[in-house]
Amino acid sequence: MPYLGSEDTVRELRRALSNPNIQSDQLRYRNTILKVIRAMSQGVDVSGLFSEMVKACATVDIVQKKLVYVFLCSYATLNPELSLLVINTLRKDCQDPNPMVRSLALRNMTNLRLPSLVEYVEQPLTAGLRDRAACVRRVAVLGWAKLHNLQPSSEIDAAVVNELYSLLRDPDPVVMVNCLRALEEILKEEGGVAINKPITHHLLNRLKECDVWGQCEVLRILQRYRPQSEDELFDILSLLDASLVSPHPQVMAATLSLFLSLCPSLPAVSLAALERVRGPLLAACGSVSREMRYTALCHIQLLLRSLPGLMGAHYKRFFCGYAEPAYIKQRKMQVLVELVNDENVAMLLDELKGYCTDVNTDTAQSAISAIGRIGRSYSDRCLEILTGLLALKQEHITSAVVQTMRDLVWVCPQCSDTVCLALEGCEETLQDSQGRQALLWLLGVYGERVSSAPYTLEVFIDGVRSEASLGVKMELLTTTTRLFLCRPAETQDMLGRLLHYCIEEETDMCVHDQALLYYRLLHCGIEETRKVLQGRRSDPSLGVLIGRPAEPISQWACSFNTLQPLRQGAIETESASRGSPQHVTFDPKPNTDLSDTLNCSQVERVHSGPDSASQCTDSSADVAAPLSLSLSPALSPEEFERLWLRQQALHAEQGADKVEQEEDYVSLEEQVQSSAVPHCSPQSLQAAMQLVNIQTLAFTPPHTLPWRVYLYTHTQRAQSGNTPHSTLILGELLCTGEAKKGVCDGEVVVEDREEEQVKEGEEATADGLSGEETARKAGEAERVKVTLKQQPRDDKALKGFLSILTTVLHTLSSDTS
Amino acid sequence: MEKRSGLLLPPPPVQSLSRMISQVFILSSKGDHLIYKDFRGEAGSDVVSIFYEKVTALTGDQPPVVMSHKDLHFVHVRQGGLYWVATTTADSSPFTIIEFLNSLSVCLSVCLSVCLCVCVSLCVLRLTALVKDYCGCLSEKSVQMNFALIYELLDEVVDYGYIQTMSSDVLKNFIQTEAVSSRPFSLFDLSNVGLFGAETQQSKVAPSSAATRPIQSSREQGGKSEIFVDVIERMTVVIGSNGVLMKADVEGEIRVKCYMPSCSEMRIGLNEEFSIGKSQLRGYGAAVRVDECSFHQAVRLDEFDSHRILRLCPSQGEQTVMQYQLSDDLPSAPPFRLFPTVERDSGGRLLMYLKLRCDLPPKSAAINVCATIPVPKGSVSLSQELSSPDQSAELKLQSRAVDWQIPRFPGGTQLSALFKLEVPGLSSASMLEVGPVALSFELPKLTVTGLQIRFLRLSPVQPGPSQRWVRYVTHSDSYTIRI
Repeated sequence: MPYLGSEDTVRELRRALSNPNIQSDQLRYRNTILKVIRAMSQGVDVSGLFSEMVKACATVDIVQKKLVYVFLCSYATLNPELSLLVINTLRKDCQDPNPMVRSLALRNMTNLRLPSLVEYVEQPLTAGLRDRAACVRRVAVLGWAKLHNLQPSSEIDAAVVNELYSLLRDPDPVVMVNCLRALEEILKEEGGVAINKPITHHLLNRLKECDVWGQCEVLRILQRYRPQSEDELFDILSLLDASLVSPHPQVMAATLSLFLSLCPSLPAVSLAALERVRGPLLAACGSVSREMRYTALCHIQLLLRSLPGLMGAHYKRFFCGYAEPAYIKQRKMQVLVELVNDENVAMLLDELKGYCTDVNTDTAQSAISAIGRIGRSYSDRCLEILTGLLALKQEHITSAVVQTMRDLVWVCPQCSDTVCLALEGCEETLQDSQGRQALLWLLGVYGERVSSAPYTLEVFIDGVRSEASLGVKMELLTTTTRLFLCRPAETQDMLGRLLHYCIEEETDMCVHDQALLYYRLLHCGIEETRKVLQGRRSDPSLGVLIGRPAEPISQWACSFNTLQPLRQGAIETESASRGSPQHVTFDPKPNTDLSDTLNCSQVERVHSGPDSASQCTDSSADVAAPLSLSLSPALSPEEFERLWLRQQALHAEQGADKVEQEEDYVSLEEQVQSSAVPHCSPQSLQAAMQLVNIQTLAFTPPHTLPWRVYLYTHTQRAQSGNTPHSTLILGELLCTGEAKKGVCDGEVVVEDREEEQVKEGEEATADGLSGEETARKAGEAERVKVTLKQQPRDDKALKGFLSILTTVLHTLSSDTS
Repeated sequence: MEKRSGLLLPPPPVQSLSRMISQVFILSSKGDHLIYKDFRGEAGSDVVSIFYEKVTALTGDQPPVVMSHKDLHFVHVRQGGLYWVATTTADSSPFTIIEFLNSLSVCLSVCLSVCLCVCVSLCVLRLTALVKDYCGCLSEKSVQMNFALIYELLDEVVDYGYIQTMSSDVLKNFIQTEAVSSRPFSLFDLSNVGLFGAETQQSKVAPSSAATRPIQSSREQGGKSEIFVDVIERMTVVIGSNGVLMKADVEGEIRVKCYMPSCSEMRIGLNEEFSIGKSQLRGYGAAVRVDECSFHQAVRLDEFDSHRILRLCPSQGEQTVMQYQLSDDLPSAPPFRLFPTVERDSGGRLLMYLKLRCDLPPKSAAINVCATIPVPKGSVSLSQELSSPDQSAELKLQSRAVDWQIPRFPGGTQLSALFKLEVPGLSSASMLEVGPVALSFELPKLTVTGLQIRFLRLSPVQPGPSQRWVRYVTHSDSYTIRI
């Protein structure tokens, strides 16, 4: 055994190698050398045999030569002096009539990696470039790259570079590709091999001759080329079209990379290319090799970011096979969540449900959280499955379900009733800290609806001394204090005990300080505590799973066909659960008197864009919505135009005043900072607007200036006695492309102060519609001018509407940017 | 399309475009270093142990295909119980590297078999069958025994981290020059032929490699010139609890293994009624249809449209001539149906009565059928009643499942099994944990798409005795039946 007594092995081998009897017997000699190599690859240090091996190099037996070279190349750097002895043999071999021997000698000469030998190597390498045999030229070309990297500081020999460029026309395709590779390395400082029009066309014409590996290399290097005209570009693209659907995934990927880098300014072409690779990518997903499946899945996820509908019809291809490893199953589930739509949701959930009881706990938990994410769009079906899973009373399943429910409720507050019912009795099964934290959070926020909440908490508080998890303790403090606010009678005693323990006995400073904070807060009075602790319960803007706007391809094009997408696993799953509410527990809620101001005004400083826009229409939202929008009765474009122009005429007569005040009609202008909105697609804009019941009537295509959208809606204000019940709002969004362009449509726009952003409801008073604006940052980005006309007048409704609109625009721009 | 001025973009910033393989190494599953080859001298050999530490420390949910250590990236595949690892310092194409490692292992197994065949046919003809059997299965042992050959091969395949070629033509070239001189070296290997033979006999049990392994009988009369055409299909099926076929995918390929010294052209005739895509229908018989189909670039298709004939010049070794897929539309009924009854008995035991029907044509049979039935957590013991003695069933506690093994299952028959499971604290909700049942099996001499090879013609007509083999097999990739 070579592992034991490696010194003995080496000694024995040396004795055998220097034994003249063995040396004279070809077969025995070679077998001894074989033993040396075997020992070497098993990790034994056989460098001591170097001089014996150098002697063995001088032989006519080509197999023995190869074996010795394997040895010499591994240990040459340790014995530079002795290596000099080999050079003579190698140089002699370079003259050998057999091209096999010549290429072997040349390759190993350059593989010795000894800077001291460079002077001996250059001459045979130069000769090698002109050798008759292609296999020698292949080696010689790469040899120059090796030589250059041995002495990176040395001058680049212009003659060699020229020779290499001329060898691009070599009849052997591998020599050609090797030339590209060598030049790429030698000219690294200058940015690699020069890719001009003649070279590009030459490479493209010879692409067919190369094997798949060479094709990949050429396609990759061509990424640097920029076609001179559109015709040339399309010629290249049509030439490459066949490689796009190549059965070899590596060629397909390299071609797509090239497509994406050639036409960044032609999104339609890029999207068409993505459609073309669907077939080959799906085939790679079903490959025998698991690793290939995984790679293809990761890249499909990239494609889906820009083309969410790409795989919709093929969702079944992403069902997990039972014998697949967990990492593939998890990726497949991530893809499945993206593919959900009205037609396939039932099938998909049925499939995912099957994975929830998988024997692998990681797979089971990711299946559960995948169902939770689908629940943002199809909450009823998903909650049914999730509550069903709780009945299994298995630790890891219950924990995952409770965490998923917490995340779901944060996004879809309408699910809270079902969740509260399901929570009863979970605490017995929950063991891990993550699951218990989720349960505590839910109890704290929805404590008034879970009848057994105080009893559950009591169990936790009784066991707090033996509690190991810091997170659970912190969450327990918050939850108990919150519950005290809504159910004081049942909770007072246990809150006292908990605070006492945490302040007096707890050793962890975080818990201690938080307990002290609550204690002092309670001293300030119930109302103050309520203000601090009863933060937001939900963030519905995170919820849109379907109709999410597509990302531009350029966002990910540079990471396509690299290792990047394969390494992103952990990061992506984290962002998947970004709806997690843990971090916002202490968010102060700015509006205290909800009945007076519109709830739309609660745009907080901490949460830039997204807000409760959809809450306004969502009747089941627990915050009462005083303002609701509706699309009926529908307004025809002609009617819209008539109304709009009539009011504009009126407006012009009255002179240029910012706010038009009249008996039954009001006009208002606002500027909203939203840089990306003019660039988003009409579909996503329309979808987003319809989500909050605003109808868009007409719009200019994206990226054109000035960019306009016309829209309308009807407002209904329920709890207002004296205001009219229904009003009609017409609106125009206008973006001129310049930051502060004043005049348009003959109307004078308020030259706003340096900053203006989102309106804060408290500051804008009802009668002065001047729109006192405050904002965080100076408006340098493009702004969208909003002109609104309302009939009949209802300031509060108008203000509310503006707030909703602002929110939608912000959501859109934060998604597209 | 309108002209855009934005087309003339400035050249993109120069990225470090060096995307090559720095090292290649092969490790056994126990972490023994089998092969280590450094191409660029950028990292030391200590990374091998770092890799092994990393790969064994994985908890299971991390995607292990790519791992990083400092600025070195390990890309690895698992084949034949070995780790095939390539390291690369730059952001290389994962498709290329994974495909490279996969083809490397295929290349090696072919190379080993060809090489050994050539030498063995020269000296020990009798052993050909055994050695031939050795083809296609790549194990720690075979890598260890042929490490010199593998080093040579790696030397030819990759130079300075750049893939030079992996085509079988070069492989052939390589073997021609090496065959004679490597004979003694093979004899050295053959000196422990008893061990060798024993090894292969054992490895015969591995069912999945059956398709890649030549048939052994009647091979005595000279194994020099042979050609194998394999039609291999893999099926993925999901059957709903109501018995409705929810998903059925078939991925198939035609693979040619050629060990024929002088074969200039080969013509493979497929079914006349073979059609691609939805619209086309050919002939009058039952159509053999696939959705998508792609061919090796060496295949000439000039007779394909009219007569469904593929023409190619096979090179020595193995190549995939054609790949095809079929989704959601099987020409026949799925091969297996399950009729389960799952209930709790009065004593708190779980009763599972399973009837499994094989809907294959009566002349065919499935072999090595294994049904895996997930059972509730906490199952303690299993008692079973099976319909014939050659079947067996076992409760695997680790995977929480009952494995029901059926060595041979003829078409048109039905088998039944009654499993009684002792599950302490069985609740009605635990029933949710039973299922879905996964089946793995092999259907020899059968393709589910119905693809057949009508004829196989070689030109020029082979002088000596030559053998042409056409083999069909269907594997289950994943066959799931919900309960």
